[in-house]
Amino acid sequence: MSQDGVNKSRRTLLVGATAAVGAVGAGFVAVPFVKSWNPSEKAKAAGAPAKVDVSKIEPGAMLTAEWRGKPVYIARRTEEALNTLPSLNGDLKDPENLNKAQQPEYADNINRSRKPELIVLLGVCTHLGCAPKYHAEVKPEPFDANWKGGWFCPCHGSKFDLSGRVFNGSPASANLEVPPYSYESDNIVIIGVDEENA
Amino acid sequence: MSKQQNTLMGWIDDRLPVTQTYEKHMSKYYAPKNFNFWYFFGVISMLMLVNQILSGIWLTMNFTPSAEAAFASVEYIMRDVEWGWLIRYLHSTGATFFFVAVYLHMMRALLYGSYQKPRELIWIFGMLIYLLLMAEAFMGYVLPWGQMSYWGAQVIISLFGVIPFGIGDALVEWVRGDFLISGATLNRFFALHVIALPLVIVMLVVLHLLALHEVGSNNPDGVDIKKHKDENGKPLDGVPFHPYYTVHDMVGIVVFLMVFCSVLFFMPEGGGFMLEYANFEPANGLKTPEHIAPVWYFGAFYAILRAIPDKLMGVVAMGGAIAILFVLPWLDKSPVRSWRYKGWISKTFIVVFAIAFVLLTWLGTQPATDINTLLARISSVIYFGFFLLMPIYTKIEKTKPVPERVTGGH
Amino acid sequence: MKKLFALIAAVVPALALAAGGNVHLDEHKTDLHDKASLQRGAQTYMNYCMGCHSLEHARYNRVARDLDIPEDLMMENLVFPDKKIGALMSNAMRPEDGKTWFGATPPDLTLVARVRRPDWLYTYLRSFYEDPSRPWGVNNAVFKDVGMPHVLADLQGRQVKGTAQVAVGYDTLTGQEITEEKEGVLYLAEEGTLSAAEYDRLVFDLVNFMTYVAEPIAVERERLGWWVLLFLAIFFVPVYMLNKEFWRDIK
Repeated sequence: MSQDGVNKSRRTLLVGATAAVGAVGAGFVAVPFVKSWNPSEKAKAAGAPAKVDVSKIEPGAMLTAEWRGKPVYIARRTEEALNTLPSLNGDLKDPENLNKAQQPEYADNINRSRKPELIVLLGVCTHLGCAPKYHAEVKPEPFDANWKGGWFCPCHGSKFDLSGRVFNGSPASANLEVPPYSYESDNIVIIGVDEENA
Repeated sequence: MSKQQNTLMGWIDDRLPVTQTYEKHMSKYYAPKNFNFWYFFGVISMLMLVNQILSGIWLTMNFTPSAEAAFASVEYIMRDVEWGWLIRYLHSTGATFFFVAVYLHMMRALLYGSYQKPRELIWIFGMLIYLLLMAEAFMGYVLPWGQMSYWGAQVIISLFGVIPFGIGDALVEWVRGDFLISGATLNRFFALHVIALPLVIVMLVVLHLLALHEVGSNNPDGVDIKKHKDENGKPLDGVPFHPYYTVHDMVGIVVFLMVFCSVLFFMPEGGGFMLEYANFEPANGLKTPEHIAPVWYFGAFYAILRAIPDKLMGVVAMGGAIAILFVLPWLDKSPVRSWRYKGWISKTFIVVFAIAFVLLTWLGTQPATDINTLLARISSVIYFGFFLLMPIYTKIEKTKPVPERVTGGH
Repeated sequence: MKKLFALIAAVVPALALAAGGNVHLDEHKTDLHDKASLQRGAQTYMNYCMGCHSLEHARYNRVARDLDIPEDLMMENLVFPDKKIGALMSNAMRPEDGKTWFGATPPDLTLVARVRRPDWLYTYLRSFYEDPSRPWGVNNAVFKDVGMPHVLADLQGRQVKGTAQVAVGYDTLTGQEITEEKEGVLYLAEEGTLSAAEYDRLVFDLVNFMTYVAEPIAVERERLGWWVLLFLAIFFVPVYMLNKEFWRDIK
């Protein structure tokens, strides 16, 4: 074959053009393969916000909902119960919510909630993930002679007050997590939706 | 170790013969300069193999290989997985186009005698690839667990039952893994389809190419280009594969992709020939579809099977139709490779054979009416006649003189 | 040569019959771009079909998005109670009950339009006729001895199979319809709450929706296809020129 009269620059240009358009094509082809790894509709549906009607929760009672595969505790606290919360501060590991990861801004208060009476907590013990049990009544319990109400984790004995704050002496070191939530109306709470996660 | 080089490539080459291999198989592999349209289909077959592997791996990420969940998981891929529908259609359309490419690739070999000495081994590797590809496609079609998946498996696996002396029945049960086609069958077909067969197929493709490069490519004139070399020992009628055939093949690939994408995006069901309508219904062992048909690419052998009234002889004929392809290099006694220079009997027979094969393919997808069965029988006779009579007609016919140098080209 | 022609002539009707079944099917001019039609079809499906026939591979939110139905309207009108918007469209009928009541469990219909095809569905839903010998009092000209009752009977009216005048053409001079008396013909003995034309429209919309739900990506698939072909056509130019350029070296 003859290599004389080869227009080198023309060849370079054509190779370049082909390579460029080809690379664009390859990019387009790659997109579906990469994007197919994103959470599917099934995952998104399972992770979708959960609406809960809280109107039927009696004072002192708790309802368990589910969001993203985890239990969500919604408890209505009495006035009295709320008033005892400050007195517990000395026995708690993190009474002032210094660990900001455990609650959104609107729950960064002593009640750890948007509205005082209702608290929304993930029912997942911050020690190793068991579901803490609700002990609403203010009476001496085997695990605490001075029990003022809250949650007790049966797995390794962690204790949390009615705001989900962890007691000293517990294996757990963080307060129970408050998930993102908001009020759709006075009676409907949406777990999973707040100012940040619409 | 050859002389040390101070470049990265040099460092690698000292430890792994990368440049040497690249030169041997690409930039210094001299291929005949007169390749025509028929010569695109080897590389297109490879492209489809890559397509099947990539899309297949991605499907495996979301497919559930159990009788209970398989069907739903395919719809999950089609609807709930982002771009899942495209990956699925790449795989189903890809299967059809893989066979289109392979059949045209084999036709090229028939036309130009690419199976003749010294390329018999390339042909045999190719036939093994074809055989495994059919097994791979068959098992793949069972996986969506639709009506046709189930009943197609039922029919084909039961064919093993023709082997006498109780061996057949035991074999059928062993292949099925159960007393009927069930999740056990699906699950093992999944394993074979996803890794076992693809691994062997890829290895055979490598061997196929190594055997080819050892003797060099044939060409439409069947002329041996190594007979006439220049002062540097390079064949006068050869061109380095890279860059000449790399850029040449790119044109073929782009045109092919246009056809492929037209089907994928505008008629992925292929009128029911690629994604059979019955397969959109979940498998039901208690309800046989009106009309059990294989996917089009198995049509010819299925038609031959049905053409013979006796079940055992039908299976023998079907197997024979595939087996006879293996011995083609030894049936062709012609002194000439390419049909361009063979006698009129060969030329006519090749055309008639091709028509018969296409007709058989079509007939295999249709109900076995009286007319269709008659046509299938005639076509089967032509099919076998082409091969069985070949030692005779290739010997007795008058051939045309073969040129010393290639004709045509660019 | 004559033999060949005879063979071909014999083959053609065989090919025609190979399509399966001898019932003439009316054409369904599917239009997946007509969202209003799809919305009406979805509503009909939810009101009349969903009780027995689930759409278990489809999700409410996808249907809402594709049909341009706002999610709150979707929840109010088309979603069964205590289902979230992202849920699969299953129903509450237990398979055993279905089998007892109807002889066969009413199948899930998500993909039926890909199995039976739109023409068949369109004709089937308009081909029920009175038949006292059947458990539900109806039979179907397209699907003989079907176990399904004529759910849309109130809308269509009472259709019977008998002898009636059938339009066979037009008089080219007067433009008047020419009719012939034919046997075994389906005709409306009593009108339902919808006129014949309205009923046809309802069934058309319903089948349109079912075709959509069988492959929701169809419209998007074709849209993308044009762009892909355009890209390939553009890509062809440098590729072709590059090839031509290199092969200039070769005589």
